[in-house]
Amino acid sequence: MKLLTHNMLTSNIIKGVSKGFPLKIVASKVEEKEVDFVPEFTARMIPKIDWPALRQAAADLGKPDNLPENVVEKYEENEEFLKKTHHVLMELEVLEGELICPETGRKFPVSNGIPNMLLREDEV
Amino acid sequence: MCTPDISHISSNDYNFIYEPAEDTFLLIDAIEKEVNFLQRKSPVISLEIGSGSGICSAFLAKEIGRPIFSLCTDINVKAAEVTHTTGKKNMVQLHAVLTDLVNGLLPRLTGQVDVLLFNPPYVVTPSEEVGSTGIEASWAGGKDGREVIDRVLPLVPQLLAPDGVFYMVVIKENKAGELLIAFV
Ligand SMILES: C[S@@+](CC[C@H](N)C(=O)[O-])C[C@H]1O[C@@H](n2cnc3c(N)ncnc32)[C@H](O)[C@@H]1O
Repeated sequence: MKLLTHNMLTSNIIKGVSKGFPLKIVASKVEEKEVDFVPEFTARMIPKIDWPALRQAAADLGKPDNLPENVVEKYEENEEFLKKTHHVLMELEVLEGELICPETGRKFPVSNGIPNMLLREDEV
Repeated sequence: MCTPDISHISSNDYNFIYEPAEDTFLLIDAIEKEVNFLQRKSPVISLEIGSGSGICSAFLAKEIGRPIFSLCTDINVKAAEVTHTTGKKNMVQLHAVLTDLVNGLLPRLTGQVDVLLFNPPYVVTPSEEVGSTGIEASWAGGKDGREVIDRVLPLVPQLLAPDGVFYMVVIKENKAGELLIAFV
């Protein structure tokens, strides 16, 4: 699971949960791998990202990577910023761990790099 | 056109996940036919519900020819794993999530999906057969083969970006005519 995927995941599916975002990451195995950097793609992804959640996720992995507190102005033209963002979004992969619902503490396992968002019948 | 490499999937794997079949290739052909149209949209996010082997999303990502964030869901753990590997095998990234339909992706994905793909379990079966997380989930569609399809339809307008597109495989028994009306 890349942090880009994590940025899209919520636990609002659990009955009664309304603020199931962002899920806290407790990772036991993280891989860092180079992925082609296409600045234009990263720039088009930025408006879809929840920035504080991305920074939190990087911090959860112990890799804050000096992301600024906010998306910088004119980020489309700022290659250094785009590159850092690309790294956090696409080059860190959680292979094993847990995602934790901020409201209930319910844990969603990540195994073999795949987050498991399936719920039991009594949770929906 | 260049069909994705799925040689890493063994015949034993197909005891657990859906083996690409005529319906799969129908969806791939539809993507192939529309590839210029799709490229012009410069899609950023694609989502496939029930990706099985992952072959359709891998094909889409390859044909688009530039980076796209390909999210794939499946309710079958083995399918999610194979989807992930199919991406790697084909030099595209398929981001698999094990979930029921799109659970866990809303509301974040609201209005964000540029291309939505769904080759559903559409076979007419007794209702009791719907709802497994194994190979039966590949085909069991319940009454009129519509029970899973009908859970997805209301989500479609919510997921799609303003100029997003949705491709779904159906069979006559699904009352295809009625399905279209549901969208007009
Ligand atoms: C007909 S197969 C299509 C597989 C692949 N997309 C293809 O075209 O070859 C349907 C897929 O949907 C998955 N599926 C069925 N019910 C689902 C659900 N509720 N949520 C997510 N995936 C589901 C099945 O596990 C299966 O992989």
